[in-house]
Amino acid sequence: MDLLNALVTLLNFVIIPATAYGAQLALGALGVTLIYGILRFSNFAHGDTMAFGTMVVILCTWALQGAGITLGPLPTALLALPIGIAVTGLLVVGTDKMVYRFYRRQKAKPVIYVIASLGVMFILNGIVRFIIGVDDQRFADGERFIISAGTFRDMTGLEEGLAFRTSQGLTIVVALIAMALLFWFLNRTRTGKSMRAFSDNEDLALLSGINPERVVMITWLIVAALATTAGVLYGLDKSFKPFTYFQLLLPIFASAIVGGLGNPVGAILGGFLIAFSEVGVTYAFRKVVAYILPESMEPSGLLQLLSTDYKFAVSFGILLIVLLFKPTGIMKGKSV
Amino acid sequence: MTRTLDARAILLFALVAVLFIGTGFVQSWNTSLTIFNMGLVSAIMALGVNMQWGYAGLFNVGVMGFVALGGLAAVLVSMPPVGEAWAAGGVQVLLGLVLGAATILFAILAWSRLPAGRMRTLAMPVILIGGFFIFRYVFDAGVASVEAVNPAATGYLGGLGLPVILAWPVGGLLAAGGAWIIGKTALGLRSDYLAIATLGIAEIIIAVLKNEDWLARGVKNVTGIPRPVPYEVDLQQADWFIDLAARIGASPVTFSSIFVKLCYASLFIVVLLILIWLSEKAWNSPWGRMMRAIRDNEVSASAMGKDVKARHLQVFVLGSAIIGMAGAMMTTLDSQLVPGTYQPLRFTFLVWVMVIVGGSGNNWGAVLGGFLIWWLWIQVEPLGALVMQGITAGMDPESWLRNHLLDAVAHMRLLTMGVILLLVLRFSPRGLIPER
Repeated sequence: MDLLNALVTLLNFVIIPATAYGAQLALGALGVTLIYGILRFSNFAHGDTMAFGTMVVILCTWALQGAGITLGPLPTALLALPIGIAVTGLLVVGTDKMVYRFYRRQKAKPVIYVIASLGVMFILNGIVRFIIGVDDQRFADGERFIISAGTFRDMTGLEEGLAFRTSQGLTIVVALIAMALLFWFLNRTRTGKSMRAFSDNEDLALLSGINPERVVMITWLIVAALATTAGVLYGLDKSFKPFTYFQLLLPIFASAIVGGLGNPVGAILGGFLIAFSEVGVTYAFRKVVAYILPESMEPSGLLQLLSTDYKFAVSFGILLIVLLFKPTGIMKGKSV
Repeated sequence: MTRTLDARAILLFALVAVLFIGTGFVQSWNTSLTIFNMGLVSAIMALGVNMQWGYAGLFNVGVMGFVALGGLAAVLVSMPPVGEAWAAGGVQVLLGLVLGAATILFAILAWSRLPAGRMRTLAMPVILIGGFFIFRYVFDAGVASVEAVNPAATGYLGGLGLPVILAWPVGGLLAAGGAWIIGKTALGLRSDYLAIATLGIAEIIIAVLKNEDWLARGVKNVTGIPRPVPYEVDLQQADWFIDLAARIGASPVTFSSIFVKLCYASLFIVVLLILIWLSEKAWNSPWGRMMRAIRDNEVSASAMGKDVKARHLQVFVLGSAIIGMAGAMMTTLDSQLVPGTYQPLRFTFLVWVMVIVGGSGNNWGAVLGGFLIWWLWIQVEPLGALVMQGITAGMDPESWLRNHLLDAVAHMRLLTMGVILLLVLRFSPRGLIPER
């Protein structure tokens, strides 16, 4: 019984939250890694692209709620998601035409793109703050829990409750669908294959008649969809605050690099690795251990490796270890 | 040095001077000097970034972290030591830190000395995990007793009680140390990795400053850092000062605050001039030519026998030291360390805009960018407010949109900076004063 209780506690506070967070990071890292694979630069504006997409979705959600349209038990934001993706898609394709295309024609060095992406980051940051402000916004509605702690206790008779929030379940389901779609697209469709060819060997791809501008545009559209989805899921799960999204840049980049920049499977692995380490290292394991060990050996401390304020240190630490020992990442990524 | 400044550069500097003098006439001399002093600090930060980017092409987006380390130095050097806290657990905290450092050193030694194999794979986690728990055991208890000492007023170890000017070089040293650790791991890999590693270290340094109360009181902030210049209150009572104010014809109160700002300005100008002189010397030296050769073609430079990684590490540490010094100066100017105010957009990316706009690879350009962009950063808000008032003048004063627009003016500066950065990068990528 105690072992079950320990397991439920672990599920409740570590495994479920980390899985949801990992899925969000993985979606974000997929966007970064795709840009890296096709356009060959680290997009510093990615966090703010996520914030922009989420903002559009929030505004649409409010409009829908105002009109009395909801999705019942599911959050209304799901209905608004396609609109958000479309608007963000327009934005990033527009940005590409106005900013990045020029440097592509010049064959500029990757670092110039990165600096340009800093400029884009500033502008997006400004736009988002301009429109929606800097404060926390909550936009989750519908049923809050799939299983609430109380129900679970009644059902099983265990001491510990297991709360499974709708946003967590939704994150996992939506992320799985998005990833499945992405891999289907990359591996099965003609356009997807041309993207992979372009990423693997640009010259050869150009030689075989692949239109680079088209590949780039489709990449941006996919990235917009991934970024908006990741942003909305994160916002539903936690809350929307522009600055938090900017800060997500670090764990997202860490995920992409740990997995191997330019490698989509690696980005997903990296996302979950970073999320599980972050949650695992900052969680106080006292309660779990107390259930497993006999009473006499109950620990006195919190058994928390690092305080939650240092969660960035975790992604950073993993990043450093990978850079030191395996600079191309777990799954072999590119290194230009 | 006259050789290095052509007519265009002098004209641009004159224009910036006009901006500051204009601010003095239109707003007030106090405002103008406040902006000018931070402009000086920004110019020094830009010099540091220019050294890394302009000389060597290294992409550091952790400027904020090095600035904060400099700020920490100001606290550690100049605040009076808290004797009680030292007695309560100071030694234990230090011992904990030494143990932590020893663990890492020991692990590195084990890694390099032991032959690869099962023995090493086993030894590493044992050393690291065991060391971590010993470190936490000693360190946590020490921290708890230090933080328990009068938490409302102190609750930290305090500093050394030395003159605050000493903090400037110390800030440089602290930042250099941080840079060395980062450079050791991330240099030599592709350029984006350095960017992301520095982005990470900056966030971690800020997290440490916010959470380690024993070090610099965390979010409770350290205020009242001693000044290197006189206090206004003392000036207003000094006879010579009242005489001076009377001779100029200003009220002693206003004049005292201007006088203090001028004192800061002269100190900062001295530092800036020394740094520019040194940077120009370095730029025109064989070392500077070698750095540029490495920047422009790493392969041929290393074929000529230059140790690219070591040179990169060197210039990265030097540039970070300059940024750290600027950080210490800024905290001295503010007389307080407020970890919550360190924002990457303001401290990292804005400095980048300064360097790119001013002219990467040109020390004078970086300095010009520092002054110009800082002035804009401050003045965009009142200018934006004016514009917004113009736009919204015809609207119903109660309307939601009008209030929203007026509130949003504060975010105009991010937008403006982004647009400026993109425009300069596109149409004048070499900046206002290009590299020669």
